[in-house]
Amino acid sequence: MSGRLATGGRLIDRSRALEFTFDGRRLTGFAGDTLAAALLGAGEGLVGRSFKYHRPRGIVAYGPEEPNALLGIGRAGRFEPNARATQVDLSDGLEAESQNRWPSLAFDVGTLNGLAARVLPAGFYYKTFIHPRPFWKHLFEPVIRRAAGLGRAPRHRDDDTYEQVHAHVDVLVVGGGVAGLAAALAAGRAGARVMVVEQSAHWGGRAPVDGDPVDGRAPDQWLGQTLAALEEMENVRLIPRCAAVGVYDHGFVLAAERLTDHDPGAPGPRQRLWRIRAGRVVLAAGAIERPLAFPGNDLPGVMLASAVRDYLVNHAVFPGDRTVVVTNNDDAYHTALALVAAGLRVPAILDARAAPNGLLADAARAAGIRVLAGHGIAGVAGRQRVAGVKVCAVAGEGAVVEEIACEAVAMSGGWSPAVHLWSHCGGRVAWDADRAMFRPDPAHPPRGADGTAMVIPAGAANGRLSPAAALAEGTAAGTAAATGQDRIDGSDDPTGTDIAPVWMMPQGAGPALRAKAFLDFQNDVKVADVDLAAREGFESVEHTKRYTTLGMATDQGKLSNINGLAVLSQALHKDIPAVGTTTFRPPYVPVTLGTLAGEARGDLFQPVRATPMLGWHVEREAYMEPVGLWRRPYCYPAPGETHEVAVAREVNAVRQGVGILDASTLGKILVQGLDAGRFLDMLYTGAMSTLPVGRCRYGLMCSEQGFLIDDGVVARLSDDAWLCHTTTGGADRIHAHMEDWLQTEWWDWRVFTLNLTEQYAQVAVAGPRARDVLETLSGDIDLTAALPHMHWTHGTLAGIPARIFRISFSGELGFEVAVPAARGMDLWQALLRAGQGVGITPYGTEALHVLRAEKGFIMIGDETDGTVTPRDLGLEGMISKKKADFLGKRGMERSHLAAPDRWRLVGLRAADDSVLPEGAYVLDAGRTENGQRATQGRVTSTYWSPTLKRGIALALLRHGPDRMGQSVDVSRIGAAPIRATVVAPCQYDPDGGRMHG
Amino acid sequence: MQRYSVFALVRQAMGWHQGWERAWRSPEPQAAYDAVIVGGGGHGLATAYYLAKNHGMRRVAVLEKGWIGGGNTGRNTTIIRSNYLQDPSAAIYEKARSLYETLSQDLNYNVMFSPRGVMMLAQTQHEVRGYRRTAQANALQGVATEFIGPARVKELCPIIHVSGPRYPVLGALWQPRGGTARHDAVAWSYARGASDLGVDIIQNCAVTGIDVEGGRVTGVQTTRGPIRCGKLGVVVAGHSGVLAGMAGFRLPIESTALQALVSEPIKPCMDVVVMANTVHGYMSQSDKGEMVIGGGADGRNDYTQRGSFSHVEETLRALIETFPMLSRLKMLRWWGGIVDMTGDRSPIISKAPVEGMFLNCGWGTGGFKAIPGSGWAMAELMAKGHSPLASAFGLERFREGRFVDESVAAGVAH
Repeated sequence: MSGRLATGGRLIDRSRALEFTFDGRRLTGFAGDTLAAALLGAGEGLVGRSFKYHRPRGIVAYGPEEPNALLGIGRAGRFEPNARATQVDLSDGLEAESQNRWPSLAFDVGTLNGLAARVLPAGFYYKTFIHPRPFWKHLFEPVIRRAAGLGRAPRHRDDDTYEQVHAHVDVLVVGGGVAGLAAALAAGRAGARVMVVEQSAHWGGRAPVDGDPVDGRAPDQWLGQTLAALEEMENVRLIPRCAAVGVYDHGFVLAAERLTDHDPGAPGPRQRLWRIRAGRVVLAAGAIERPLAFPGNDLPGVMLASAVRDYLVNHAVFPGDRTVVVTNNDDAYHTALALVAAGLRVPAILDARAAPNGLLADAARAAGIRVLAGHGIAGVAGRQRVAGVKVCAVAGEGAVVEEIACEAVAMSGGWSPAVHLWSHCGGRVAWDADRAMFRPDPAHPPRGADGTAMVIPAGAANGRLSPAAALAEGTAAGTAAATGQDRIDGSDDPTGTDIAPVWMMPQGAGPALRAKAFLDFQNDVKVADVDLAAREGFESVEHTKRYTTLGMATDQGKLSNINGLAVLSQALHKDIPAVGTTTFRPPYVPVTLGTLAGEARGDLFQPVRATPMLGWHVEREAYMEPVGLWRRPYCYPAPGETHEVAVAREVNAVRQGVGILDASTLGKILVQGLDAGRFLDMLYTGAMSTLPVGRCRYGLMCSEQGFLIDDGVVARLSDDAWLCHTTTGGADRIHAHMEDWLQTEWWDWRVFTLNLTEQYAQVAVAGPRARDVLETLSGDIDLTAALPHMHWTHGTLAGIPARIFRISFSGELGFEVAVPAARGMDLWQALLRAGQGVGITPYGTEALHVLRAEKGFIMIGDETDGTVTPRDLGLEGMISKKKADFLGKRGMERSHLAAPDRWRLVGLRAADDSVLPEGAYVLDAGRTENGQRATQGRVTSTYWSPTLKRGIALALLRHGPDRMGQSVDVSRIGAAPIRATVVAPCQYDPDGGRMHG
Repeated sequence: MQRYSVFALVRQAMGWHQGWERAWRSPEPQAAYDAVIVGGGGHGLATAYYLAKNHGMRRVAVLEKGWIGGGNTGRNTTIIRSNYLQDPSAAIYEKARSLYETLSQDLNYNVMFSPRGVMMLAQTQHEVRGYRRTAQANALQGVATEFIGPARVKELCPIIHVSGPRYPVLGALWQPRGGTARHDAVAWSYARGASDLGVDIIQNCAVTGIDVEGGRVTGVQTTRGPIRCGKLGVVVAGHSGVLAGMAGFRLPIESTALQALVSEPIKPCMDVVVMANTVHGYMSQSDKGEMVIGGGADGRNDYTQRGSFSHVEETLRALIETFPMLSRLKMLRWWGGIVDMTGDRSPIISKAPVEGMFLNCGWGTGGFKAIPGSGWAMAELMAKGHSPLASAFGLERFREGRFVDESVAAGVAH
């Protein structure tokens, strides 16, 4: 079993032992460990179960490519499922649990799936569970869902916070290995603003582990000196534990930084999302080692050769006493030599190549390691962990020539450059046959706004695997990025060209062995599955991926994609480049939703737009409703009152006395300029240029299609200025609509628009006593005959500069008083005081709705839904016949909009005076061509009228205005239709005497 | 065609699954077909299948530029519902939904239609009124929906935060037989079914020109040679404008990126599909355990299949507010598809201005759920010249102003 050596470990601090638990067992690691290193060090070989067959799984890798070691971390509001143990820094008291097993990791009932693996190949679920039909929903799917999934779903609200930060840099360096640090140094010295992000907690990448000299120095020495130099530069910023996860257009890069995960309890946000605008990106993200596909390669104890080396050198953790190395390239020899140097045994190196030569092979032989050329693995002994390997000739069908006892296998299938970020925004990759890898194709980079390459790859990310090449390319890339160049002359370093393109072994394996050779460890995709996909015609690499789920696990194919592609290409007898790759998508590594959402939660979810009187409404415990980003009082229930009773009281107050409404949310757009009148004539269906100063006019706005989109009162303030009121929800949209036309079509018109919605507080004062209340307030404004209906004036009211509009949306005598927003509360309080004697009553949006419905006034969004024209609403009088053109004019002339049988506005009165159902339809005889019940209209507004003491409704009805007095049937859900009589829309004070009074 | 069943699986397992045939044939294109369908997405494949199955046409080919199901069919969030407001929409989406109910059995291919229920949250008074109206309309249209209260919402989906301070859940429009299906399987099953009925499915075959003689379509030019045809169906979503251009006319379509996201898989925590339109986000949990998430479309024309991060961010903010337990979950992958949007956000299933040519496009953000109904209607239109399901979706509606507007765009509160 795995364990920890008594000495060594360049990253651990043996003086700081850290206790943690795994499935409740108390274990110990050291500061500097990742959870994966600590688990291996504690001898925990079995850490999880695979997705499909629930096979035992151990740690395979050292970094974010790890497919198996996914654990639940923490508890309650700090529980995180699917945490990758290789990326979790160990902390004292950390609690970890294994996933996807029941009842325990060692004895998992789900392994029954594995026993049936032979009848459950790729895509088996498409071929079965078809009959009987109800079984899918009620039996098969629930069972499959429970077996699938990985970690437990979190159940609590997150205890942590997150933040987002913007950064603007000349050069962003992704990766803190030799290439990345060299790039940062070069760019920093050239004076550029540089930011370096490194996904792990440590700098230097692979170099300190591999031990080859960098720039003639020992790697740790080079690293120390380089970091010191970088830290001295004020224009360079180094950020560890920060993974670049997405590259977007114009050099926009997302990076996720882990701030407190390694130090639980530390103050501040848990994670941070960097939103970086980079002039140029140097991609020095390194490369990822590939596994080899051989029968039994998924048993715990089979690891990547580089990972074995990483754990050994960085943490003094070894995978077993005896490790067999299996490889198709030179690099794994480093691992064999490191193991032997640490006093561990390497019974054999199985090299797929016929004649491995070179310095490393010589060194291995010199160290006394048996090298079996042309050999590979035909099987792995052991049930829950490796007990030995069965050796075979790579070229053969798998005849076992020898069995070697061992506790671990270190495998290397070569390296794949981490090209993900290169590819996110359009960069293409090219196949390098010499090195058997996809590399960034310099002819097809991701391009920025100026057409140059946004990203410059360097070092292993560019397929150049030696430290010397990393240093050279990193330096060149840093210099280029800092000096406005977009490419470098790549190094011609030959490292890696020693590889033999062997993807699976034995190469002549029959179907039984191919069904045991795994490509995707987490999703249980085997060589045989890719073969099956090809056989069944899923020949595109995207089809194969989707059919087999290869590369769709939480590592997103970092280990499996290239091997799967190679196997597919062999099955199709095509070259690898002819098969192509799947698309790389963000994020490079999984990112918590919390990080992506940042601070926006709870109170900060969205900004609240507050009228100056919002505090008063809240204090009065008004029932609030969200309207866009505003919050508006729906009604003000008195203690013990239901909403219905409160609304009726508010309506009655307006009809009989006086009410006040906070109308500050209404859109107020100032339109000014020499061409403003001409502009508004185009915008509104009616004429606004002819409106005299001091007057108000109700206006309708249509879309180009001829449908009503907004309405409101327009007041002419001066010769060249109009104030356009819009609906609350329409303010921003209509302002944008105005600007859209001004900027794209009428750019030469002298018009300026300004959205003043929040600059004014506005209060509607409505009811027969409205004038009395206003006159009680001291001021210089004459509110009598000098201010008739649809006029406005200005002056001082209760010491506040005010503009008063004589307009009414309730049908009563009405004024709207606009004052500077800062004085809104003063006005509100003054009105309340002035109206005390006459029972002044604040009313909310629902009373407003009822009042206007009693009058038959339309409401945008109720009577309109984007398909209704002004004519439909009986508002043809608002459409100018004189104007040559306005928005919607031509639209309205189209045959369907001008048709005589359109649904038009009427009132409906239920035969029993009840309130008609909301949203109900007026039934017609028969059915549509598609068998639906035919309709001839619909109820658009329906309320209990406290004034009339009965239900009232507005409706759109075919030929409606011609059908007064007729009876119609109105639909009800689950009940017989209800009879109603067609009446006029206006059911209260049809002559308008109260409004004009 | 090899029948699929558990018995077949066991039988094939004996021979290590060496005996499985291709799911669909891969023939060389013939010189001429009675009907050619351009576009091997779900809609095109379903059209070909129903041409063969319902109308007896056997000389049919589907030409696909890349690989079948590789466009929006394989990129969407797999939601199936028919709770639409307007009669023509409800008719075709409900037809599609009802075909989905038995698609696995009809095609002998498990498309995993999962009628787990779809709820659309009402979080403003305006939405309450809107969904009450939709429930009324659906009752008359024969679409089973109901308006439910917050308590029932919580019961159906316990992880929802119904009493959020900002946008409390006031109710929901609930369609119990809405749900999800496995998107790739829909394309593959139609391809297999169509192939079995004699339809040639030809991948890696891009159309480069449309041959028109005397106002009538006679064939197409392709990267694999010219192919003559009696009738031509163009079912290419975002690229419809390009094909229309080849035939010499323009379409009222704009293409824009729509993104979707999946999280890492977790054990089952959500049994229904939830859509929250006020805050802009929707989510369901796949059978694999991933949370499948969608949001709003980018507001600019685009063919990159990427989309911008701001929409990812906006969507996730909305969902964390609605489902606070999501915060510590990790997103695994996000991607974009190009949606073809018409002015009224409804599709075009129509004869083209060129005789013998037919169009099926403009599905915008809602195409996956429509695939069976769309194919059914398109096949009927191509075979008979008229389809009741398609009649409201003709191109002439843009000239006449006879829109089928589901966006209810002007809906605002005063």
